[in-house]
Amino acid sequence: MPPETAPAAAFTAPASRVVNDFSIQVATVNGSGSQTANLVLLRSIFQSGVPVSGKNLFPSNIAGLPTWFTIRASRRGYIARRRETDILVAMNPDTAREDVASLRPGAAVVYDALLRLEAVRDDVVFYPVPFDRIVAPVCPDARLRKLVRNMIYDGVLARLLGIDLARMRQALARQLGKKPKAVALNEAALDAGFEYAAANLEKRDPFVIEPMDATRGKILIDGNAAAAIGAMMAGVTVVTWYPITPSSSLCEALTGYMRAHRTDPATGKATFAIVQAEDELSALGMALGAGWAGARAMTATSGPGISLMAEFTGLGYFAEVPAVIFDIQRAGPSTGLPTRTAQGDLLSTAVLSHGDTRHPMLLPASVGEAYEMAMAAFDLAERLQTPVFVMSDLDLGMNVWMSEPFAYPERAPDRGKRLTPEVLERLGEWHRYRDVDGDGVPWRTAPGDGMPAYFCRGSGHNEQGQYSERPGDYAGTLERLARKLETARTLVPPAVVEADEGARVGLIAFGTSHWAVAESRDQLREEAGLPTAYLRLRGYPFGPEVEAFVRRWERVYVVEQNRDGQMRGLLALDLEPPLVQRLRSVRHFDGLPLDARSVTAAVLEQERGGTR
Amino acid sequence: MSTDAPAAPGRKLNRIGLEPGAYRGGKSTLCAGCGHNAISERIIEAYYEMGIDPSRVVKMSGIGCSSKSPAYFLGSAHGFNAVHGRMPSVATGAMLANRTLLAIGVSGDGDTGAIGIGQFVHLMRRNVPMIYIVENNGCYGLTKGQLSPTADLGSVLKSGVVNDLPPIDLCALAIELGASFVARTFSGDKKQMSALLKAAIAHRGTVMLDIISPCVTFNDHEGSTKSYSYVKDHDEPLGEISFVPYFDDISVDYGPGEVQEVTLHDGSRLLLKKLAGDYDPTNRVIARRVLHETASRGEYATGLLYVEPSRPDFLSLLNLVDRPLAFLTPDETRPGRDVLEQIMEELR
Ligand SMILES: Cc1ncc(C[n+]2csc(CCOP(=O)(O)OP(=O)(O)O)c2C)c(N)n1
Ligand code: SF4
Repeated sequence: MPPETAPAAAFTAPASRVVNDFSIQVATVNGSGSQTANLVLLRSIFQSGVPVSGKNLFPSNIAGLPTWFTIRASRRGYIARRRETDILVAMNPDTAREDVASLRPGAAVVYDALLRLEAVRDDVVFYPVPFDRIVAPVCPDARLRKLVRNMIYDGVLARLLGIDLARMRQALARQLGKKPKAVALNEAALDAGFEYAAANLEKRDPFVIEPMDATRGKILIDGNAAAAIGAMMAGVTVVTWYPITPSSSLCEALTGYMRAHRTDPATGKATFAIVQAEDELSALGMALGAGWAGARAMTATSGPGISLMAEFTGLGYFAEVPAVIFDIQRAGPSTGLPTRTAQGDLLSTAVLSHGDTRHPMLLPASVGEAYEMAMAAFDLAERLQTPVFVMSDLDLGMNVWMSEPFAYPERAPDRGKRLTPEVLERLGEWHRYRDVDGDGVPWRTAPGDGMPAYFCRGSGHNEQGQYSERPGDYAGTLERLARKLETARTLVPPAVVEADEGARVGLIAFGTSHWAVAESRDQLREEAGLPTAYLRLRGYPFGPEVEAFVRRWERVYVVEQNRDGQMRGLLALDLEPPLVQRLRSVRHFDGLPLDARSVTAAVLEQERGGTR
Repeated sequence: MSTDAPAAPGRKLNRIGLEPGAYRGGKSTLCAGCGHNAISERIIEAYYEMGIDPSRVVKMSGIGCSSKSPAYFLGSAHGFNAVHGRMPSVATGAMLANRTLLAIGVSGDGDTGAIGIGQFVHLMRRNVPMIYIVENNGCYGLTKGQLSPTADLGSVLKSGVVNDLPPIDLCALAIELGASFVARTFSGDKKQMSALLKAAIAHRGTVMLDIISPCVTFNDHEGSTKSYSYVKDHDEPLGEISFVPYFDDISVDYGPGEVQEVTLHDGSRLLLKKLAGDYDPTNRVIARRVLHETASRGEYATGLLYVEPSRPDFLSLLNLVDRPLAFLTPDETRPGRDVLEQIMEELR
């Protein structure tokens, strides 16, 4: 088949070969079924042993709006977002011209020949592909063509990038699982794309994939599924939720795993209850009711749900009821950008609800940590008898990440201080809210456990749990809860600290910002001669290592994905004024995941101003 | 006040060997004469007479004078006084955690009909096994007498403010939504309330019990349709009601067609002696019609309004293991190494 249009004076990129270090952007219309093709492409690079990451930038819409999927291959293992696109697959007629215009010189474009994009500029490599003509013979059923069409660009890219076609077929089989008809159809399209490229497209760009051995044994998973596995392994028994992007897939994945692995094969009965509540107020109300009655209970939501959960969170805090809340953060305020990422709920969640409150938060950066911290959150919630928040985000939750396989938990779940006859005998007497151990955490009982009952309430109470408005009782409770927060400091995962030799400044980051910061530190050191020290926060309240870090470095950049420097604000609440003055802020808040270049540029700019 | 001993049982032991005192709670801090106190008394009696082990009971409530009352009965049972209007979700969660518990919730007409109407609706719809009592006084007691959504059209507040919005009939709503036991009674009608409370204990599913319970401090005056005297004059019992517990196998003789018998979940029976009309509490349509007709005459139809003893409750739909989820061990709730390995393999 001859190409529809041959670019007049075909541009050839000047660079020498660029191996395993580039990014691909697939621009499509949402609802066009490109996800399979994109994941197959990503997986085939992964299975070639090359470190890879993928990010789906999608609209809050079911069909018809532009969607971009970016895949980054990085021999050095960088998996943060990269702003530049090296290879564009332009499948969306509405955005194609703009997408091409935004490329830098030397990039390559695979596109539907009918779009005639070659007319837009002459400093990128154009690969026109007549998708409709290729798809017709391989997919006689016209209704399926829209879906199968996308596999053609995978075939074209396999040929252009030098990805083994067998590997791509293998990735396709993995992706589609046990659907032989679909596999056959898609394979045919894949092959047709490959053959078309072999016969008609001369390689004129420098980008190639060469097999490496950097992904052996690793897994590919999104953070929500990882957290779901963690929750299941933690022994969660009551799950209550209300659908909201980007958290829904956590509970949906969990439902799948629990049905498969937490149902008694003999009786078909479930060791769990999953309830879709009528709203987030109810979702947390149910989780607290279950936690009070002794179950391991959780809910998952995003910013709007967190706002609705404020009153109940205060109840959980003051009445001392455990619950785990996953906040898969998205860009707010209000409905904001429901399908874009942010780290924008930190400040409001740390002190969610009225009155004096503080809540433990866990800050996973990776899918591995989403798994580990899901388990840790249940232990903490029961150990501390309070709501615990796992602050994930859309980037971690909904995108696919490489990871070492998850380790089986070696420690038994920590069910916290549950009164037993032995403990009761040792204590002599029991009062629900008496701090007998000095850690701010009293002993509790649950209905039906055979131990004494108490009256749980969100109103003022004394150590016995009786209604009280006495100033001493109230102040005493608040002081004890503050003591409990000090205990929490010692129990949340400590920050991870590392430093380059000769480091001159400190960086603080957390969650998914970590990946951009890790890459940026290499850029700062290698390109700007600025070695850095780095503290990655993993929990709140902060442990003593955080203050020590700020003491050590004169300038400390707090990198985060929100407008107001919320984490910097939380740090400032804890640190003495002279230390607060050392904190600088790098903020990113456009809804897209943070990239290393942005961090590097912001740090260097402030350093230039700052070092004077 | 809640300090006088229940009249009926005296100090004798009940079926499980407990004295009436074992069913008492703390001293009431509600106003003397408040309808809510009379309800607490009947609750104490009913649980005593049914021989329910208080340690299996959980007492749930929202916020309001009414919601304080769980502290005044069954002192040895666990209680959870939650936030305003949100008791249904907390109770649902507790029952999910431990299906062997016996839940009784007390709410007010503001707690249920205003801020909590959303959770109320979904509780009824789910048929969560629990007794849900609305102590209905047509006003907000705890915040000093504002109108509530169950205040009748034209009812006058102490301040002279006239209610010009139609009331929400919580019983009609509950019937519509799928509650499997719906009744209305009056805090001043000891006999009817006792029979209904005991039947409520015998039922499995959501029991919605709307108890008109005058607020002596803010809504017991001339012009109020929730005052003692108004309710006494406008109470229209659907029939004489008697409760026969499963453990007292009394046979009762009635002429044919005189009595409708309803067998409840635990085998106890309700005998409904018809006073008038063709009332059939297993028929939703009739129930709605009668509620509508009595309300339009300014009357309160009281008694068992609707019952559906066989409707599956929410927990049975979830197909849970027999033992309470709260007490499952790590062995039962943490899948083995092979499971994690299998999941990892699928992700490679
Ligand atoms: C979120 C919230 N809003 C308002 C209140 C104030 N408040 C407390 S009780 C109450 C009304 C109670 O009325 P009702 O449920 O009818 O109970 P009653 O006191 O009449 O028994 C209100 C509005 C509150 N506690 N919480
Ligand atoms: S204010 Fe009304 S509702 Fe509240 S305790 Fe007094 S009489 Fe009862």
